[in-house]
Amino acid sequence: MRKQGGLRVIFARFNFIKFASLCLILCMTAGIPRVSQAELQIQITKGQGEAIPIAIVPFGWLGEGEQPYDIASVVASDLSRSGRFAPIAEDGMLQKPTTGAEIDFGDWRIINTEVVIVGRMSKLPGGDYSIEFRVFDVFRGEQLLGYRITSKPSALRGTAHQISDLIYEKLTGVRGVASTRIAYVNVIKDQGKQVYKLIVADADGENARTMLESKQSIMSPSWSPDGRKLAYVSFENNKSEVYVQEIKSGARRRASARKGINSAPAWSPDGKQLALTLSKGDGNLEIYTLNVSNQVLKRLTNWPSIETEPSWSNDGKQIYFTSDRSGAPQIYQIDAQGGRPERVTFEGSYNARARVAPDSKHIAVVHNDRGNYRIAIVDVERAYTRVLTDGILDESPSFAPNGETLIYASKNSGQGVLATVSADGRFQQRIAAVNGEVREPAWSPFPRN
Amino acid sequence: MKIWKLLIPFCAMIVVGCASQSGTETETDGTGAAGSEGASTSGADSESGGSATALDSDREANLMDATIIYFDFDSSDLDNQSSELAKLHGAYLAENPGVKVRLEGHADERGSREYNLGLGERRAASVRSVLLVQGASASQLSIISFGEERPANTGTGESAWAENRRVEIAYSN
Repeated sequence: MRKQGGLRVIFARFNFIKFASLCLILCMTAGIPRVSQAELQIQITKGQGEAIPIAIVPFGWLGEGEQPYDIASVVASDLSRSGRFAPIAEDGMLQKPTTGAEIDFGDWRIINTEVVIVGRMSKLPGGDYSIEFRVFDVFRGEQLLGYRITSKPSALRGTAHQISDLIYEKLTGVRGVASTRIAYVNVIKDQGKQVYKLIVADADGENARTMLESKQSIMSPSWSPDGRKLAYVSFENNKSEVYVQEIKSGARRRASARKGINSAPAWSPDGKQLALTLSKGDGNLEIYTLNVSNQVLKRLTNWPSIETEPSWSNDGKQIYFTSDRSGAPQIYQIDAQGGRPERVTFEGSYNARARVAPDSKHIAVVHNDRGNYRIAIVDVERAYTRVLTDGILDESPSFAPNGETLIYASKNSGQGVLATVSADGRFQQRIAAVNGEVREPAWSPFPRN
Repeated sequence: MKIWKLLIPFCAMIVVGCASQSGTETETDGTGAAGSEGASTSGADSESGGSATALDSDREANLMDATIIYFDFDSSDLDNQSSELAKLHGAYLAENPGVKVRLEGHADERGSREYNLGLGERRAASVRSVLLVQGASASQLSIISFGEERPANTGTGESAWAENRRVEIAYSN
């Protein structure tokens, strides 16, 4: 079991600084979001064996006093969480070089380490930090990557994630997701009553911020493509309504509170429209698109069955949705301008809540696998279904923006937890709340510079 | 229940309305009170049994007291028993146009939350259509879905799920 607890202690001082500065920002704005410490515990549950052994040697510190931040352990944690790398423990290292010149490759070959990362940190006049790191291929004895990065004291954790992503991309050819975030719903029982919190945290569960707290259910958070807003469903007025909230300021507005159901919001890739589900009070759910700037509402589907859970194709031209017009829920797609829907899934009695993979060729769905609800990936063109998970009540899949991993909701001993699974199904992690249950995860897009 | 007071004069009318079908109902439905079993036995011998009618009214009153309609998995169809219950509420609403109800649809936790929200809505709508057929007016009825968000039983497993697939008929006064 690998917990983040140790990290939390080491970084307590940094986090306090960040906490204080964030509070300052938030006090000047709407004041809804609040910062709390890591509320998630991540545990690898399957498939660590196939990861590449890698060493992230503790970075050297060229300044006075104690090193202000342990960059290497954040990088190790990020790379480990990807499932592709197995960082070796510090006490297994035969040497602790901080520059390329100090590396004795023989020492690393003996312990079968394939990649060694070394680095150093120094303080610049003016207060910022300079961090340099280098990545070496142990068997060839060659440098693969090297960078020097300047970081503000308050941004050191973000800089560590940035370093993780540079290394990950160099070694795998795929953009890393250490700098992304997740949104989820935390449900806490407080004196017999439920409290629902919509939370945004870093991908490693740190820097959790409560966007909304409610006594009624919150569901279906959806990231705007620029990563700055969340749309979600809140029952705070005792019925389903769609809200849009800015993450930084906490400012929010009600986007749809029409008669009947208002739910399943999904941003178009250009951020100009929300696809959503409305029943207009007549008991029949249909998919609509809502132009966010001029509020023009357009009906897309028209069928007596349930039509819900819209999800845009990456080019914004198609919308996938769930419909039970065949007698059971299956995935269909329709032109985003309207037209005749085409059925997409055929395998199994239940396929719902599609999310389109970044490669546009696959969708993740909730799939009934012999009576169990599991996350499956469907190859859209070949209509081939592959079940990825092994729970009994798995739901709400959401792709990491690089398509390598999915986060979803699951149950562990009757408790709602989150879990991740690699797109090939080999690597799984469980993410439990320190307090209460967690559900409805949504992985953010890549950060925009 | 407050509604019970309103029902007393109405029950007498139900008795009249149901008397013509009472023979078939008591025979097909095994859930009746012990007294009504006796009545159905005697009813098989004689065509017109005044006592059988009186016992039936008892059973209808109990049914009317029930305000939760249950559903099969992924279904919004009412079975015979649920239909009869919904019809009673519909007839009552038709006779009492000032009374309003909210039909709250729910689903069990299996499958996706948003689809379950739809399922709850459709269950509520399906009860509504029975009430309308019985003469209730649209202005008396509102529907809402909570999907799987407000389970009656928070456990996992078939018996908990069966309790959660429901429409609650909530009288507003």
